[in-house]
Order: sequence, then C-alpha cells, then structure tokens
Amino acid sequence: MFNKILIANRGEIACRVIKTARKMGIQTVAIYSDADKQALHVKMADEAVHIGPPPANQSYIVIDKVMDAIRETGAQAVHPGYGFLSENSKFAEALEAEGVAFVGPPKGAIKAMGDKITSKKIAQEAGVSTVPGYMGLIEDADEAVKISNEIGYPVMIKASAGGGGKGMRIAWTDEEAREGFQSSKNEAANSFGDDRIFIEKFVTQPRHIEIQVLCDAHGNGVYLGERECSIQRRNQKVVEEAPSPFLDEATRKAMGEQAVALAKAVGYTSAGTVEFIVDGSKNFYFLEMNTRLQVEHPVTELITGVDLVEQMIRVANGEPLSMTQDDVKLTGWAIENRLYAEDPYRGFLPSIGRLTRYRPPAEIAAGPLLVNDKWQGKAPSGAAAVRNDTGVFEGGEISMYYDPMIAKLCTWAPTREQAIEAMRVALDSFEVEGIGHNLPFLSAVMDHPKFISGDMTTAFIAEEYPEGFEGVTLDEDDLRRVAAAAAAMYRVAEIRRTRVSGRMDNHERHVGSEWVVLLQGHSFPVTVEADHDGSTVVFKDGGKLRITSDWTPGDSLARLDIDGEPLVLKVGKATGGYRLRTRGADLKVQVFSPRQAELAALMPEKLPPDTSKMLLCPMPGLVVKVDVEVGQEVQEGQALCTIEAMKMENILRAEKKAIVTKINAGAGDSLAVDEVIMEFE
Amino acid sequence: MKDILHELEERRKDARLGGGQRRIDSQHKKGKLTARERIELLLDEDSFEEFDMFKAHRCTEFGMDADKPAGDGVVTGWGTINGRMVYVFSQDFTVFGGSLSETHAEKICKIMDMAVQNGAPVIGLNDSGGARIQEGVASLAGYADVFQRNIMASGVVPQISVIMGPCAGGAVYSPAMTDFIFMVKDSSYMFVTGPDVVKTVTNEHVTAEELGGAITHTRKSSVADGAFENDVEAMIEVRRLVDFLPLNNREKPPVRPFFDAPDRIEESLDTLIPENPNQPYDMKELILKIGDEGDFYEIQEDYAKNIITGFIRLEGQTVGVVANQPMVLAGCLDIDSSRKAARFVRFCDAFEIPILTFVDVPGFLPGTSQEYGGVIKHGAKLLFAYGEATVPKVTVITRKAYGGAYDVMASKHLRGDFNYAWPTAQIAVMGAKGAVEILYRSELDDPEKIAKRTQDYEDRFANPFVAAEKGFIDEVIQPRSTRRRVARAFASLRNKKLTNPWKKHDNIPL
Repeated sequence: MFNKILIANRGEIACRVIKTARKMGIQTVAIYSDADKQALHVKMADEAVHIGPPPANQSYIVIDKVMDAIRETGAQAVHPGYGFLSENSKFAEALEAEGVAFVGPPKGAIKAMGDKITSKKIAQEAGVSTVPGYMGLIEDADEAVKISNEIGYPVMIKASAGGGGKGMRIAWTDEEAREGFQSSKNEAANSFGDDRIFIEKFVTQPRHIEIQVLCDAHGNGVYLGERECSIQRRNQKVVEEAPSPFLDEATRKAMGEQAVALAKAVGYTSAGTVEFIVDGSKNFYFLEMNTRLQVEHPVTELITGVDLVEQMIRVANGEPLSMTQDDVKLTGWAIENRLYAEDPYRGFLPSIGRLTRYRPPAEIAAGPLLVNDKWQGKAPSGAAAVRNDTGVFEGGEISMYYDPMIAKLCTWAPTREQAIEAMRVALDSFEVEGIGHNLPFLSAVMDHPKFISGDMTTAFIAEEYPEGFEGVTLDEDDLRRVAAAAAAMYRVAEIRRTRVSGRMDNHERHVGSEWVVLLQGHSFPVTVEADHDGSTVVFKDGGKLRITSDWTPGDSLARLDIDGEPLVLKVGKATGGYRLRTRGADLKVQVFSPRQAELAALMPEKLPPDTSKMLLCPMPGLVVKVDVEVGQEVQEGQALCTIEAMKMENILRAEKKAIVTKINAGAGDSLAVDEVIMEFE
Repeated sequence: MKDILHELEERRKDARLGGGQRRIDSQHKKGKLTARERIELLLDEDSFEEFDMFKAHRCTEFGMDADKPAGDGVVTGWGTINGRMVYVFSQDFTVFGGSLSETHAEKICKIMDMAVQNGAPVIGLNDSGGARIQEGVASLAGYADVFQRNIMASGVVPQISVIMGPCAGGAVYSPAMTDFIFMVKDSSYMFVTGPDVVKTVTNEHVTAEELGGAITHTRKSSVADGAFENDVEAMIEVRRLVDFLPLNNREKPPVRPFFDAPDRIEESLDTLIPENPNQPYDMKELILKIGDEGDFYEIQEDYAKNIITGFIRLEGQTVGVVANQPMVLAGCLDIDSSRKAARFVRFCDAFEIPILTFVDVPGFLPGTSQEYGGVIKHGAKLLFAYGEATVPKVTVITRKAYGGAYDVMASKHLRGDFNYAWPTAQIAVMGAKGAVEILYRSELDDPEKIAKRTQDYEDRFANPFVAAEKGFIDEVIQPRSTRRRVARAFASLRNKKLTNPWKKHDNIPL
C-alpha cells in the first residue's frame, strides 16, 4: 500500500479523501492556493504545499505545479477528487510518466468517455441503450418525417449549433415534425448562421438516474446501485438519493449490467458513474460517463456500506476487488442535500463572506457503513445516520474563487420516509450565519408533496418554483407547534429576568401563565402550565401540546420534543419574542401577555416602503460610477449605475421608463444590500 | 360609608378616563396608546402606584376654571420593572394636549424628588403639545422646575426619556438632559422650533418628520439614542434597557442568572482579523461573541457608526462596551464618534458600570471639516472621559492602535486596569508607510529602499510586543480565549476602589 497520497483538490472532497486515507494509515498531502491558507483540508492533512494564487487556473489545475508538489513531498499516489484535474487525461499521463499512481481510471478511458459523440458510439457498440436519433444531415421535411417515424414520437428537432431553446421543437405527429423542421431550420439559419438540423427521441418526464460502477485492473467490475439526481437547478444537482424511488429491480439490473459492460468496453478501472436519462415508462438512455468520484457518492456508500475512496485507492494499488456483484446489497435509504452558499431569496445569487456561525448537526453513525466498519470519523450510533461532508469551518471565509457548495448533508434510515424525516431535523439543526445559503430551500424541498411521493423529474425546481423561492408558509398545525414552543420558551426567559439583583423584596414580579402568541398573521391565546419536566401549552380554542426541552435562554438552537415529535428551531432575537426559523420558514414570533396583545392590536400595521420606484443595491459592493443625473429621463434597459462586487462589475439597468428624482450614492461609496441608490418618478 | 367608598371608585374611574373616550379613540387612531396604557406596558403587571391622581390645575384665565380634569394631563407614580423600582411620569395627550401647567410640573417634580431620595430611575413618557399657554409664565416656571431636577438627578439615578408624540420648544430640554432619549418611529418628533417658524425665519421648507422625526434624531442629530417601531415595542425595549442599569449611583450594576459559560472558547475569533491590514471586518461579531448569550443593547446604533457603544453582560453583570468599527471610516475617531463614545463612557462611570474597550483605530480623521469643527476639543472629550473614569476598565487591542488615538482608547496610560492585545495588534505612532516617509525622506525617490524600510518598520512595530516589553500591554492573549480572559479580568476588579481628587466638578472640554 502507498505510504503517502496527495489530494489534488480542495474543500469538502479533499477532506473526505483525507479521512479515508488516514483510516487506511496513509499519510496525506494537501495543496492550497493563497485563498485557502486557512482552509480545513490544509489543517487536516499531514503536509500541505502552497501552489499559487487563488484562481484555479493559476493553482489547482496547473499540472506542473501539482507535479512539483508531488516531487517535493514524495507522494506515491494522487487522488484528484472531482472537478479540477479529475478528468484530465494529460494529468493522468504526466503522473504515469513520473511513476505516480493516479487514483482513477486509465487515461484511455478518460479520453474515450470525455467526448460526447465518441462515448455515445462506444456505448452503442457495448449494447448500452442510447437516445435514438439521427445524427446526419437532414435534407428536407419529408426526410425529417421519415426519420421521426423511425425513432418514434415524440421527437425533438434540434439545430446542431443550437442552444438556449432556440431552433428547438418538439413534435408528436408527422404534421408537427414537418412544421418543426422548417421553423427550426429557419431559426437556426437566422440565429446561428448554420441551419444543420438533427432529430432525436424526446424523453418525456425525464429523470436523471445514474449507476455507480467500480472496476479493478483484473477485469472485475460491479455496479453499486443507482442514484436519483433529478432535483437540479440549471443542471446543478441539489438533492440526490439512493436508491431511486422510481426504479424496479429489473430496470436496476438492466441499467447496472449495461453500465458495467460500458466500463469494461473502455478498460475502465476505479470508481465511475454512468449517467442515464429515464423516461416515465422506465425506458433509460445513456447520457454520459463520469470518470471520477461523483459529488453525490456518499449516498451510495450509505446504502452499500462500501467506502468508495478506499476502493479507489486499493484499485490504484493494483488490488483486485474484494467483492462480487452478489456481495453488493442495497440496504435502507440515503438522501443527500447540498448546502450551497447561495441566497435562495435572491435568485440563488452566490454569496461570499465570513462564516460567522457554522454549526452542522451532530453526525450519527448507522446503517451499512457502520456495520461494515467503514464509517468515517467519530460519531455515536443511532437508528438513522447523519453524515456531513464539509470543507469549511466557523470563522472561515467563503471565497468567490471556487464552487459555492460548502457541505453535503446526508441521512440514512431503513426507509425513505424515515430518511426524509431525519433530513428535516438535520436541516433544522444546521446553523449557518454570515452568508446567504440554501438551507430554507432544502427544507422546503424535503416537505414538498412531489418529493415526498418520489414523483419528480429534472424539471422539478423549474416547475415548482417558477418565480424563484420566497420562503415557506407553515400550515396551521406546524404554526401551533411553533407557537407553543415560543410561549414555553418565552415564559422561561421572562422568569429568568425576574431573578435580577436589586429587586424589591416581597414585591417581585410574578410571571403569568396566560400568553398570546402572534406569528405569520395568526394569534394564538394559550395557557402555559409548567412543571418540573416541561410545560403543557393549552390553546384557548382547544387542544394542548406537551413540550419538553433542554433549551435555556440565549441558546441559538432549541431542540424540543412536542407530543413526542421533534421540533428544532433556530432562535434569533426580536423585540417581545423571537425570530424563529424552522422547516424553511422564517418567522417573527411575538409572545405577549393578554393585555400587551390587546394593546398591540391597536398599533398601526406598518407596510414596508414601496420600493418599486427605487433602485436598490442588489449586493454589497462599491459604486464604480453613476451613469445618470437627477431630472434625467431614462429608458427601459438603460444603464443607471455600476456596482463592483466580488471583483465583478455589475451594471444596474432601468426596469421601465422613468425620471430620476434623487440619487443617494456616488462613485466610491460602498453600499449594503438593499440600500437605495436612486429614486424615480 | 359604602357611599364614600363608592364615590372614590367613581372619582378614580373618572380620572382614569383622562380627556374622555372620544379623545382616547382619537389617540388610538393616531397609532398611539394613552398615558395609562403605556404605563401598563412599561411596568410589571399591577405594580403601578399612582400619585396625585386627583390633582387639578389652578388656572382661572380664559375660562379654564370651568374645566378641571383630575390629574391635569400627566400620570405619575412608581412601580417595578422585573421587580426593581422605577418612577414614571406619562403625559396624557387627551387632557389639554398633554400641555404642561404649573401643577402638571409639580406632579413630575414630586416623583423626581422621590426618585433621587429613594434611589430609583426616572422614566418619562413624553407626549405633550408644549406649555399650557393659558397659564403663561407659570407654565414656563414649571418647565424650569423640572429642568433643575433633571440636573440634580443627573448622575444620581438613571433618567430615561421616551418621546411618544410631540415634544417641542422648551419641552425638549428636559429629555435633553436625561441619560437616554428614545423615540417612536412615525409618531414622535422633537424640535426647538417647528416647521412653520423655520419657514418664516429661514425660508426652509421642511416637514415635522424631516425636521425632528426619529430618523433625523437617530441618524443626523444624535439627539435620540434609539427608535422603535411603535408604543408597544418601545415599552418592551425600555424594560430591556432597565434590566441593564443600576437603580442609582450607590448601587453596583445588576446581576442576573446566566446560561453562558464564562470560559466559552470562540475559535472563530482566531480568524476574525483579515490578513490584509486594510480590509475591514465587523467588530460587532466580536462583541456578540464575547457577551453573555449574544445579548447586546446598542446605544446610538445609527449615529457615528465608526464607533460602537452599548451594554452587554459578563457573568450576568452589566458591562459597557466601546469599540471602534473598522467597517465604517476604517474605525477612525472623528468629532461625532468621540462625542458619542465620551458621553457613553461618562454614563458608565457615573453609574459604576465597568467599561470594556475594543480597539482597532488607525487614528483621527484628517481634514478641514474636522479641524474647523473642533476635532481637537471633541476628541479631547473622549480622552477626558476615559481618563477620569474610575470604574474597572479592560481594553483589548485587536489590530491597529495608532498615534494619539491609541492613547485615547482606554490605554494603560489612562489608568486602564487590564490592557490586552491580540497577536494581530499593531501599536505604533502611525502606519509603516507614513512613518517611513517621514523617517527616510531622503530615500523617497528610491522605491526599493523605501520598500525595505517599510518592511523593517513593520517587522519592528506591526506587533504588540514592543508595547508589551514596556508594560503598556499587560498580556498578549489568544483571540479565542478573549471572553474568558475579559470575564476573569472584570471578576478580579469587583472590589476596585479608585477616587479622583476632591473637586467641585471637573471642566471637561464641552
């Protein structure tokens, strides 16, 4: 076995590889750019080599620099992680020339699968199902109809040079095929100056399902089940799970066997992923093969008990696979949620900055990984597993240079329902502050009926959140649970306040048991009956909830048990109550005495100022220049002002015709989010 | 007998109605609560004890003798906030527009005298149209009587003013002399002369809101220390402030049970200071991570944001915090920030509240506007305030402490008790670039030499150790253990005794 391995990557995947290497008794070497001096992977590795400035094209993907680091440290093998150099055959070549083992497939396999057309051809030859289509040039509409009939409707008629939906038509009949061909051709000629057209099968209700394969250099190969990755936003995966709620055993076997056949056809070794698109009738078609470890590999590990990184290292070391296909058993259900530094309330704009608070939920070991003794790191065991693969830490910096994914939160449980429930609690327990992040959005997905039913396609996010994400509105039952928790918590905090020094003996304040909880436009009058073990919150309009918790005033996370069900709240400060966040909802909760509530009802509701006639700063940044003057009439689309943020210049434009009435900022001003730059009439 | 008892209840009922239901409804329509409703919210339930409920005015001019409402437009008395005694007066806008008469003033004076005698804060809820014109000079005399008591009570018991409606003309000067002024957004304003007079005299067109609303006074004039959304939230927040304050100047600051370990380690503070010394960071993160339970009551949050002032608790006990804010103007001192911090430091010193200072200051803000505005004397206020303060003073230099501003910010030389520095601290006369330009003027045209000199200067002075060698820094501490170190420092100072020489009073450069 190798003595020392270099990880040519950063972030969570570098940390992930280091964990397994350490468990195998292998020394680890990290590489880092200027932006990653303090990064977690550098702290975790035994050695670390600096390889240049922050941009990846000047550091992490410069082969020469990585080779220097290898020579300097004497690493015998390199794990490339994903991204960066992981699918770069030149890098594999350079390693080979140096006699250093590449923890990945042979360069030939990388090359063969790296090209979309070649890979599809190889796949076809290996008997893998591919999307039926005609790649040659199509002469006229009659030929288009003929080909469409051969493929079978529906078909997609596409411009070769096309993109962004332009020159693309879907046809269900001969008539539509004829029309579609003509209009696509015209559009393509006009838009791209290239009117070549091809036709392929249109996949309805498409799902993205991929097969994990593992091969050694001795001709052995197995598939480790599938992963369902249909929940994507603009081709970026957000939620993955294994197994897929959609596949049956026969389809799984067919897909798996084809995937292994493809791997063998290209002499594949190491771990790889064959991606398929699957339609509503369980027809599956090859998309591409990823010749590396996938981001979402943990869900496979959690249901198979196989440590994929360990297997990759062993294969790279020339060892034969220690398992056969019969040994591969899929047990239980695993779900992965990717935590991105992206603000879901602002169109998922990347968010950078200091992580002032970063407290992931506690990891819990359970399932096949625990049984097989392959669990990474220390974690107490439980009924459901919680695993968090991360590359960041509290006080660390999220920089603009790299992928905005900061953690992969996974849960495993015997059933899908339980795994989802464990994920809900884990998401609620995840504390991230200082940057925008998609935790509320992930919570919303976990509670979405379509996700719960398993009935989703790759269009899930686009269809269910067409206007973006605006937060979650809790239903009445959940509101009651939150209201009851808030009342019980507030009462405890108020009692603590009465224990202050300097009070008048025998005339202390008596904290009452009657409260009115206001949240999300609801008002719940309750009575809190407290005893030594907890509180019973009785609702005036009927019903009561029993609450126990170890929460004390000031804790930023409250773990409560409400009638036997867990409720986890992120607790922030607010006048006369709390800001509570749970299940993707962000609530201002006020807990008033009945008299306070009565008087509060007299207070005018203050509407947020009308910002439709203002230009607000969309991100924290510096004003580079203001292009207009007070009194000027601006047209729709006219540049108003340039803001520099994350070293990028963003031009802010007029949304409609208007007259500038006031300008509040000038060049050189540094602005916060939502600061008013100018006003219009 | 029963009739007499009944009559008392009837009279009380009548007095509680103030100016009558119609005016109460009108007050509510304006989004404001009545004087009594406000008191209910301010004080612990059923703790209010009223004085002078039946007091009536003595005016006979302009037909006033025909209308003598009980209470005369102000509700006064005492009660408790979380069991601690406070005195309160609440002006009743439904009675003659809350105008101040001779008797109205007498009621306020009565509770102020008792507050000073019995050592409890005074909270004034202001909602008054101004002087009772019908009473003429008697009303003005009433104001002055209140002013004199504000002055005598200053530094003896905390005085808090909440502006919950109009407060104009002479009426502004009583709140002006109290320790804290809070306003309610959209329903309160304060000015010496109103928009009409302004228009006549200076031809300026300005609304009452622009001239003296909550936004104006919290951001521009610094007259107000904070603003709240409505009457209910204002009363909740004033209660919260009172929890931080001692009842009088003979008492230690209050202590309450806490659920936050004093030795809590905050590893993330090790990376708070950016590598680039010119890059800002948010000092509030440090304050929130040092204080108990992240609870911070900020004073003048929206004014002179280059310095932060407010209250936290350590081991359950109140501590005043002053901190430079690198996010704004690089955290430098200027006229506004010096005045803001000086007043806060003097409040803490007057009421035995220990002071924690976080320093990251590149110096004083240069420029004609500063010099013409008298930054010399305003900066001296903060220097003076720190130097005269005898309360426990703990200082932590996180990064820059340059020049005279180093001296000002609760340095060892101003009787700092514990002066800590983080390893990232740079204590020097000025930044390396400026220093080298003066020291090596003859080499200025040789960039290589200058770069070397700059590096040398940085190596020598861009650290806390030169100051530590001289004993100006007591200890260089790890950022992560700051809470523990600071909490222990204050714990060791609980019995601190330091007295300034006897004087009638000092002569701070006002």
